[in-house]
Amino acid sequence: MALTLDINGKSVSVQATSDTPLLWVLRDELGLTGTKFGCGMAQCGACTVHLDGQPIRSCVTPIEAVGSAKITTIEGLGGQHPVQQAWVRHDVPQCGYCQSGQIMSAVALLERNKHPSDEDIDNAMTGNICRCGAYQRIRAAIHDAAETGPPMGEPHADIDEAIVAASGATHRGAGR
Amino acid sequence: MNAPFKPAPTRRDVVVASTLVGGALLVGCSPADLMSAGSKVEVGAFGPFIKIAPDGVVTVVSKHIEFGQGNHAGLSAIVAEELDADWSKVKVEQAPANAKLYANGALGAQLTGGSSAISNSWDQLRKAGAGARAMFVQAAANKWNVAVGEITVKDSVLTHTSGKTATFGDLVAAAAKVNPPTDIKLKDPKTFTLIGTDRVRRKDAQAKSDGTARYTQDVRLPDMLTAVVAHPPLFGAKLKSFDAADAKKVAGVVDVFEIPTGVAVVAQSTYAARMGREALKVEWDDGKAEKRGSAKIAEDFRAVLTGKDSSAKWEPFDQRGDLSKLDAAKGEQVFETTYEFPYLAHATMEPMNCVASVDGSDVKMVFGSQGQTLDQLNAAKIVGCLPGSVQIETLFAGGSFGRRANFQSDYAAECVHIAKKVGKGRPVKLVWTREDDMRAGYFRPLTLHAVKVVLDKNGYPAAWRHRIVTQSIMKGSPMPAGKGPDGTAIEGTQGSPYLKATPVVDAQVALPDAGVPVLWWRSVGATHTAFVMEHTIDQLAAKAGKDPIEYRRALYTKAGADRHLAVLNLAVEKAGPAPAAGWSRGVAVHESFGSVVAQVAEVKLVDGAPRVGRVVTAIDCGVAVSPDQIAAQMEGGTCYGLSAALYGEVTLTDGKVDQSNFDRYRVLRINEAPTVETNIAPSGNPPSGVGEPGTPVIGPAVANALLALNKTATTRLPLVRSNV
Repeated sequence: MALTLDINGKSVSVQATSDTPLLWVLRDELGLTGTKFGCGMAQCGACTVHLDGQPIRSCVTPIEAVGSAKITTIEGLGGQHPVQQAWVRHDVPQCGYCQSGQIMSAVALLERNKHPSDEDIDNAMTGNICRCGAYQRIRAAIHDAAETGPPMGEPHADIDEAIVAASGATHRGAGR
Repeated sequence: MNAPFKPAPTRRDVVVASTLVGGALLVGCSPADLMSAGSKVEVGAFGPFIKIAPDGVVTVVSKHIEFGQGNHAGLSAIVAEELDADWSKVKVEQAPANAKLYANGALGAQLTGGSSAISNSWDQLRKAGAGARAMFVQAAANKWNVAVGEITVKDSVLTHTSGKTATFGDLVAAAAKVNPPTDIKLKDPKTFTLIGTDRVRRKDAQAKSDGTARYTQDVRLPDMLTAVVAHPPLFGAKLKSFDAADAKKVAGVVDVFEIPTGVAVVAQSTYAARMGREALKVEWDDGKAEKRGSAKIAEDFRAVLTGKDSSAKWEPFDQRGDLSKLDAAKGEQVFETTYEFPYLAHATMEPMNCVASVDGSDVKMVFGSQGQTLDQLNAAKIVGCLPGSVQIETLFAGGSFGRRANFQSDYAAECVHIAKKVGKGRPVKLVWTREDDMRAGYFRPLTLHAVKVVLDKNGYPAAWRHRIVTQSIMKGSPMPAGKGPDGTAIEGTQGSPYLKATPVVDAQVALPDAGVPVLWWRSVGATHTAFVMEHTIDQLAAKAGKDPIEYRRALYTKAGADRHLAVLNLAVEKAGPAPAAGWSRGVAVHESFGSVVAQVAEVKLVDGAPRVGRVVTAIDCGVAVSPDQIAAQMEGGTCYGLSAALYGEVTLTDGKVDQSNFDRYRVLRINEAPTVETNIAPSGNPPSGVGEPGTPVIGPAVANALLALNKTATTRLPLVRSNV
């Protein structure tokens, strides 16, 4: 079936069966591969995106349930979001595979709680597994973003650029 | 992986390749020649590890995969240091598969493992950087018509004593024409300005924070198909029959066919492939399958341990002194216990996956390859080509912890089988779900230890009997066995300073078979030996009525284990005099991969379960190339080890793996993560391992804290078994 979704501030048409999880529409249909597949049953948080600002697990969210809600993915943060900057300052990522989901959960936390306590962070981030164990840097980066970050802005709206960047067409490799 | 993994694949690989090409043409070729034959790599003027662009940007070519360890930061820093390059203008890229150029000097094949990326590259990359630097200096001297001794280099700028300057970019064309020096002079480490500083940072943090870092899962190629495979539920089972009629009706499914490991469903998208597999009907032949549950395997291993099953072969690995003292000893001065460790899954965040295309004898693979040489060999065997015609583009991988390198290249080989069947060079991405990944085996082996120690009149070990029963990781591997039993089973007990300090030792291992595939798992043998040695020591100290820290100090002094003593003292000093009220402390120290790690862990019980707070760590890893990444590995390694000590356990019922996802394979989450403080012991020795040595120490440190807290010893992991 054809569906129109609001992704990163832009209206996007997709072809998929109604029960297809949002994750696979993002990754396979739209090439937004920043959102990762980790478990397929909302256990690990690697697939976290925002639905009207709330963090959701896209691996268990069928697209028919999305409707006209606004979806924001890691690509929609634009790359220089205060949380992303804090992540880089702290060299949070190791293998990096879970970090899109970690960042989306952290952004959602900071949007509703400007100065979270350690306990707030535990409550908001427990659904995101990091097998590399970067947890203490995740905690530090969230505190840092809360201290230093300007007010959270609107998500990055340039979906075309984001799709190209995430499509795998250019291999940026390790160095930047 | 560890040191005994010395793949001199020479003879066997030559045989394999000769068979493939049907002649003796290749006899006499080195394995490196075999690997590189046909695999074209353009080596520039500055050698295989350094490229310098006209704009002066330096690209370091990493022969090692980056899957979290931070080695790309350290490897590029080694080059940048000797080259005197501007660190902000240094990039990293992944080397192609070519064992002749990019073999791991410690392992003899292109393979990342054994925590050896920095240590085996240390001399090689220093020389590469220093050699390129000398070429720039010579080029500047020629241009300015001055002596090379009058030129200095800093941050990619060459300066003559007269004040004249030129950048790498200005001189790169001229430098490329200079003959590489034969006598390369390295820096005095005292003059390092980058290595050992916090300026050495990850080069991939931005890409891994904005979603652009490219993993196998993210590969999108024109005309690419996606495959999933229906695997048998039991290890060793075979396909009996399958009915693909319904699977082929699923929209997007392109083909369904048999491969050696099961039935492949190939489709236009991941979701279609998975739906196709759900519609597939398969019957399996369990005739030759492993049907024992893990409890039965443990029971069988215990029968070997106790001697009830006398069929197993015991292999001694440390025997000294009058062993009759051990048999005769009874009473007060004797300590005896056993330990049991479960199977463990690596459970990387990115499940195993691979992209491959096969066009005749041309094979292209794009994935997070950890052992490129092994993967080339296995792909070549499947396709019937020379290993060198297998090209591999190595991507980031979402974790490995040992899982991505094995002698069968299990998941990569599966992908090549599918791509071969699809043919015509059409790329196929093999996707494993979490369930596929967790049920596929290659687990840390189930392992038992039995320890009997006789104390002398001062309370120190006079005689030590040690028995280990585990499955061999190295058995059946193409790598030639070293002297003695499988080192991966005994490392850490073998070579322990506590055994060195004991006059009578009888240490043996038995390696019974089981049908469960096993593999190295971050820190390999130390995952169990460190626990046994360190937790035993605290129990011996308690029996002797001594403080466990003082007890260790005495034994390290007796064994001449200076590095152990130094890191123990450093950790204890940094931990301070006493924990906060309500917290108990435990200490553990272990050497692995050339490095020694000591930890002081602070633990309390919350609702009856251990909660770990502060973990003060000290490591001696030789020269610290990248201190912040060493800290990151101590933090992450501690979490990985703690996750296993608290929760990690794969069980089997009637041969079937019980766990399939994170709901039943519990792993550490942020609310359970400790705060790790890392202290690096100063050292002038060459760098040693960092990725693995932080993992095995936390388990015994926590067990020792619990022993101090409630006088109860731990004889079985995991500590929390609520999920079974």
